[in-house]
Amino acid sequence: MSQEAGSESARFEEPNTSPPGPRSLSDLFWTFNRLSLQGFGGVLAIAQRELVERKQWISREQFLELLSVSQVLPGPNVVNLSLMIGDRHFGLRGAFVALGGMLAIPLVIVLAVTVLYAQYASLSMVSGALRGMGAVAAGLVIATALKLATTLRSGAMGLPLSAVFCLLTFIAIALLRWPLVWVLLGLGPVAVAVAWRRIKP
Amino acid sequence: MSAWMAGHDWVDIASLFGHFLVLSLLAVGGAISTTPDMSRYLVHDHHWLSPEEFTASIAIAQAAPGPNLLFVAVLGWNVAGPIGALATMTGILIPSTALSLWATRWGQSRKETRGVRSFTAGMAPLTIGLLLATGWILAGPTGGHIGAMLLVAATVLVIVKTKLSPIWVVAAGAVAGALGLT
Repeated sequence: MSQEAGSESARFEEPNTSPPGPRSLSDLFWTFNRLSLQGFGGVLAIAQRELVERKQWISREQFLELLSVSQVLPGPNVVNLSLMIGDRHFGLRGAFVALGGMLAIPLVIVLAVTVLYAQYASLSMVSGALRGMGAVAAGLVIATALKLATTLRSGAMGLPLSAVFCLLTFIAIALLRWPLVWVLLGLGPVAVAVAWRRIKP
Repeated sequence: MSAWMAGHDWVDIASLFGHFLVLSLLAVGGAISTTPDMSRYLVHDHHWLSPEEFTASIAIAQAAPGPNLLFVAVLGWNVAGPIGALATMTGILIPSTALSLWATRWGQSRKETRGVRSFTAGMAPLTIGLLLATGWILAGPTGGHIGAMLLVAATVLVIVKTKLSPIWVVAAGAVAGALGLT
C-alpha cells in the first residue's frame, strides 16, 4: 500500500509524466461503458479501479478531488464524475459521450431485468444472491474509501485533522443519520476554513 | 400512444417529469438521497406504486449493473411504461448535468487559486467519511449475520490487497448468497 502511494505522489511532482487521457471519443465511451457494466450495486469502486489503476487517466489525488466536487453538487456522483472527465478532455461532446457510455447500455439492461423480475422474485436463490451481492457492494465502497484515504497524508490538511473530519462525517451520516445537506453545510465550511488557513497564499 | 404510457395521460407524464426536475437539484449526494420524497410523491400522494413496488424498483436497479441512478428509470417504467422512464430519467438528469458542467468549468479555470485549493483539500476528508458511511449503511441489512459480515470484510481485504477485478468478488458474493451462506 505505502509503496503504491509513494509512486503516486512521485508521479504527481512531475507534471511531464502526468497520466495520459482518453485517446478518442470512442475510447471515452467504451471505457465508461465497461466500468458501468461492471458496477453491481454502485459504480464508484469500479470507476476508481478503471480510471486510476487500469487506464491511469487520473491520479488518486485527482479522483478524490473530482469526487469531492461531485459530492457537493446535486446529481449522482459517478454521473458528475463522468461529465467532468469527458468535459476536461473533449469539451461538451466529451461530457455527453462519457455520460452516454455510462448510462445507455446499462439502462436497457436494467429495464429488461425489470420486465423479467416479476417471474423470479419469489425464488429464494434469487433473493439470496441479491443479499450476497449487497454485502459485496458494501465491502467495495469501504475498500475504495480506504484506498483514497492514503492520499490524505500528502494533502494540505495533514493526517490528524483529516482523520477528525472524516470521523465526524462518518458519525453524523452513518450513526446519527443526519441529512447529507446539513452535514455538508455544517462541517464543510469549517473544514474549508481550516484548509484555507493552512494553505499559504 | 397510451400503451407506451401504461394508461397514463400527458398531464400525468408532465407532472412526473416536473417533479423529478425539481428533485434533481435537491439530489446532493446522489439521487438515492431523494428517495424519501419520491416515495411520498409516487406512493402516498398519487398511489401510482405500492410501497412494495417502490422498494422492489430500487432493489432491481441495485442488482443490475450500472449506476444506482437507474432506479429512477425503473420507477418511471413501473409507473408509466417507456414514456414514464424517459420522463423520470431526463427530469432527474437535465438540471444536475447543466449545473455540474458549469461548476466544473468555473472551478477548473480557478484551479490554482487559494480558494479552490482550500475547497478541495477541506472537502476531501468529508468525502472519505461519507464513503465509509455509505459502506456502513449498505452493510446494514447484513445486520449481525456472521456469513454476510465475513463477506463484507473479505471484500475489503481482497480489493485493498490484490488487483483482482471487483466483478469476480461480486460474482462470488452472488454464489455465496444463492447457496444461503449470507
